[in-house]
Amino acid sequence: MLKLENVQAGYGNIIAIKDINLEINEGEIITLIGANGAGKSTTLMTISGVISARAGRILFKNEPIEKKPSDEIVKLGICQVPEGRHIFPQLSVQENLDMGAFLRKDKANIKKDLQYVFDLFPILAQRKNQEGGTLSGGEQQMLAMSRALMARPQLLLLDEPSMGLAPLVIKQIFEIIKQINTENNTTIFLVEQNANQALHIADRGYVIENGKITLSGPANELLENSDIQKAYLGI
Amino acid sequence: MDYFIELLFSGLTRGSIYALIALGYTMVYGIIGLINFAHGEIYMIGAFTAFIVATVLSIYGFPLLAIVVVAGVAATVWSSAYGYTIEKIAYKPLRHAPRLSPLISAIGMSIFLQNYVLLAQTSDFLPFPELIPEFAFMEPVAHIVGSSDLVILVTTTIIMLILTFVIKFTRIGKAMRATAQDRTMAMLVGINVNNIISATFIIGSALAAIGGLLIASHIGQINFYIGFIAGIKAFTAAVLGGIGSIPGAVLGSLILGLTESFATGYISSDYEDVFAFSLLVLILIFKPSGLLGKAETQKV
Ligand SMILES: Nc1ncnc2c1ncn2[C@@H]1O[C@H](COP(=O)(O)OP(=O)(O)OP(=O)(O)O)[C@@H](O)[C@H]1O
Ligand SMILES: [Mg+2]
Repeated sequence: MLKLENVQAGYGNIIAIKDINLEINEGEIITLIGANGAGKSTTLMTISGVISARAGRILFKNEPIEKKPSDEIVKLGICQVPEGRHIFPQLSVQENLDMGAFLRKDKANIKKDLQYVFDLFPILAQRKNQEGGTLSGGEQQMLAMSRALMARPQLLLLDEPSMGLAPLVIKQIFEIIKQINTENNTTIFLVEQNANQALHIADRGYVIENGKITLSGPANELLENSDIQKAYLGI
Repeated sequence: MDYFIELLFSGLTRGSIYALIALGYTMVYGIIGLINFAHGEIYMIGAFTAFIVATVLSIYGFPLLAIVVVAGVAATVWSSAYGYTIEKIAYKPLRHAPRLSPLISAIGMSIFLQNYVLLAQTSDFLPFPELIPEFAFMEPVAHIVGSSDLVILVTTTIIMLILTFVIKFTRIGKAMRATAQDRTMAMLVGINVNNIISATFIIGSALAAIGGLLIASHIGQINFYIGFIAGIKAFTAAVLGGIGSIPGAVLGSLILGLTESFATGYISSDYEDVFAFSLLVLILIFKPSGLLGKAETQKV
């Protein structure tokens, strides 16, 4: 479904990712794990077209998208929940969700999807008219995921959805990721520091170090890998 | 008492013109964090366009209403075209440059446009045709409130209501608010941020052009320099109200207009600008983010 071939990107003089190769098949949950500054967020932003790729190709359903502007990439069905949630602080919860459906015209289905995310996160229905910026961290994460779901993505990019959350909320968020994947057949590309939990719900994983993919394989094999255990699982 | 009401209305009239210009400063700042110093010149170009169109049409003896409508449309369209183009050539290429670069580009644009109009027209004051007649029904109060005051107040109120509606409820308005609050996220939900920035310049320029038309026919003369003075005042008003805040720009403008009017009327007209800027300094000392602004020191 999505394929990165020798993708390179950066900021000014800094090359943040170089020669990234990876592939995501339809219906999979793929996780990308790596240390701080390894280039995970840069990879996602490059896929979303917010940062432009300096070299390499990004193929979505065999079509090159590395030159497309971000709004066209969203239109193709690739949505991202960025690191730090990026809730529109002065828009209400409802308006934030409306923004998620910005490119859609199918009013009836939008209404259905709104009901779907309210069922998923009932707290959001209660907070409908509250300003996004005043939600708690966990609520903001729920809102950020719901906003992305309002676009009915085919491929959902999640950047550290568990960051800064209490263990119980983290568990809930991971369960919902799994649920989104099975119920809607949404393909998921999950960036995580929380390697253990990420590998437990993922089909396959990639490891990124200093802007390069150094390891990849089925999630259960990566969980057994002694290098990964030492570096990312704290075993 | 009559004198007080007269000053009150003249203050509100001034304030609403400042507001039409201040909105452009504040909206552009809200979206891209730039003080568009060329904005005053957009207002001046609007006034000049209206001047040229109105003068030509009155020579051919068109009815007043037709002249007002055509001049108004021409001024808004032409000014918007300038606003759009200025963004594309002077600011967009510098969007990722250090903050100071687009600011300098803005000042350069402002100087360029002033001199361009100076060369294309003249440095003399030109008589602006009288577009707003004295209404008969206003006669009993004409010594306190002029007909053009009334027209300016009504027009700006209507424009403010339309603008509020657009920003609150329309698709483009929501996209503008989202882009102002978080540009990266706006891109990630599929907003074409370049289009939104262009739209902001176009709307701000159109408002300034209407302000230019109204004030020029109120005062009765224009020259190439009116944009600089009005621009500085409107910018002051926007900062006073809290730059980036739309209600703030309107509030700041009204306060500034009233202060100037009362201070000139009761104290002395020699110190008009002193009062305006003293007010600004005072407010910035006690509330640096302006009256309705959010505390944020990052942007300039
Ligand atoms: N806006 C930026 N300007 C300059 N350099 C940047 C910028 N954003 C990221 N970088 C650099 O690019 C590299 C990769 O950053 P990136 O944010 O992709 O890392 P990450 O893997 O997401 O890290 P984390 O786990 O801390 O979120 C880092 O060295 C970082 O300093
Ligand atoms: Mg990151």
